[in-house]
Amino acid sequence: MKKLINDPADVVSEALLGMAAAHPELRIDHENKIIYRADAPVQGKVALVSGGGSGHEPLHGGFVGPGMLDAACAGEIFTSPVPEQVMAATRGVDGGAGVLHIVKNYTGDVMNFDMAAELAAAESGVEVVAVVTDDDVAVQDSLYTAGRRGVGVTVLVEKIAGAAAAEGRDLAAVADVARRVDAAGRSMGMALTSCTVPAAGRPTFDLPDDEIEIGIGIHGEPGRRRVPTAPAREVAEMLVEPILSDLDFTGGDGVLAFVNGMGGTPLLELYLMYNEVATILAKSGVTVVRSLVGPYITSLEMAGCSVTLLKLDEDMLRLWDAPVRTPGLRWGV
Amino acid sequence: MADSTATIDAAGIDRWIRAFATAVAENEGMLTRLDSAIGDADHGSNLARGLKAVLAKLDGSPPEGPAALLKQTGMTLVSSVGGASGALYGTFFLRMATAAGATDALDQAGFAAALRAGVDGIVARGKAEAGDKTMYDALAPAVDALDAALGGEDFAGALRAAAAAAAAGRDATTPLQARKGRASYLGERSIGHQDPGATSAALLIAAAADTLG
Repeated sequence: MKKLINDPADVVSEALLGMAAAHPELRIDHENKIIYRADAPVQGKVALVSGGGSGHEPLHGGFVGPGMLDAACAGEIFTSPVPEQVMAATRGVDGGAGVLHIVKNYTGDVMNFDMAAELAAAESGVEVVAVVTDDDVAVQDSLYTAGRRGVGVTVLVEKIAGAAAAEGRDLAAVADVARRVDAAGRSMGMALTSCTVPAAGRPTFDLPDDEIEIGIGIHGEPGRRRVPTAPAREVAEMLVEPILSDLDFTGGDGVLAFVNGMGGTPLLELYLMYNEVATILAKSGVTVVRSLVGPYITSLEMAGCSVTLLKLDEDMLRLWDAPVRTPGLRWGV
Repeated sequence: MADSTATIDAAGIDRWIRAFATAVAENEGMLTRLDSAIGDADHGSNLARGLKAVLAKLDGSPPEGPAALLKQTGMTLVSSVGGASGALYGTFFLRMATAAGATDALDQAGFAAALRAGVDGIVARGKAEAGDKTMYDALAPAVDALDAALGGEDFAGALRAAAAAAAAGRDATTPLQARKGRASYLGERSIGHQDPGATSAALLIAAAADTLG
């Protein structure tokens, strides 16, 4: 294992020290591993808290700032944060208008955020609503599994719900738009290589040089299937087809197409993939009106990508275009 | 020896938790191996880390009474383990504490009721059903066996019956297809592997049989 680290045990805390040094507009509680926007709590505004295992950067800490999250809780690598952390963040951002928890659908994340919401309500009376993202079409048979995983759409939920909160909507309305985004978004990912959790020191799974894994999650979980290495054009088909067959993306106010890097794939290849995806969408009668290309929800140094499509309505489109100022997403300001 | 008056006080709870911690430490590698087959290879290390924190609290200045000890254990696990196992084991001990209530010592029926409340808490938190290939598959038969054996004279025997039922439930997870947690993403590929959560849960009940009878 070659990594730019000092000690595997200190990776998360030392990365947070770096975020604090690089971003004075953020305030970091190093003991609880919470990243706040420096002016939190913002009085009268619904606050957004997310969090999850580390290793997916810039998600979630890189999306803290005006127009997006008020706080993010960083767990150990690929391990959900604990309720105390989430409670502390919830108390720390509550400006009297309630707190929205944005939770990716993984068993540990859901349970720990549930406990935090119960404890926060019991101890401080902060009103909390949780929205769980579950957009990964690679998970079939949701009835017999933990359900679809929360992946790429989480980034879009955080942006759009963050904008809704910034323009002064109440907690129920912000939660409503977050749920609408989750319901209108679908994702599918693939890996060219595995990733190495620093504490483990070796790749999470073995993937031979001549094979790729289709339908991966963001923790090196297994995908739907393994196939021989293929040209980008064919890989794009393998990702887009299951998305389009799961939800009708034609018509309406158009689609946001998001090609996400898993951490180890250069932008050059991500743009090449975006071209393939856009070509397929055009042929399928899907109108793309917004795009996002880059590593936004990653799996350490895994090479590969995911495709997320979001069927926009007028409200979502306007909220997507609204100003945002975070380390990971920044426009209109 | 027949002992229908056995009660479980704070010292008993302390013995039980320490025995569980020892068993997890001894089986850490095995639990992690089981988890690497169908999960993310951290059940043993996460639980061992959490129980180390629990022991540190017990060695410090532990609170008085069984409920307070159970609560401290639950809170410590919740805040130090992370993931699903921290939430589930934490909830188990927290619900046990609530059910135990303010008493210096639980009688046998009180302990059995608290144990069942803990297991009910796991179900409420994890939404698991019998046969989902989870810790519930070891715990459900254990609390049923304990309740069935209670009315008799022999509490130690009742706890041994519970431990045997937990072990049988653990073994019965091997042919099951997982429907909860990360293992569920494997679908049919989860068949043929013993569930790590059911395995650690069986250690918990075995520790009770070893220390509370």
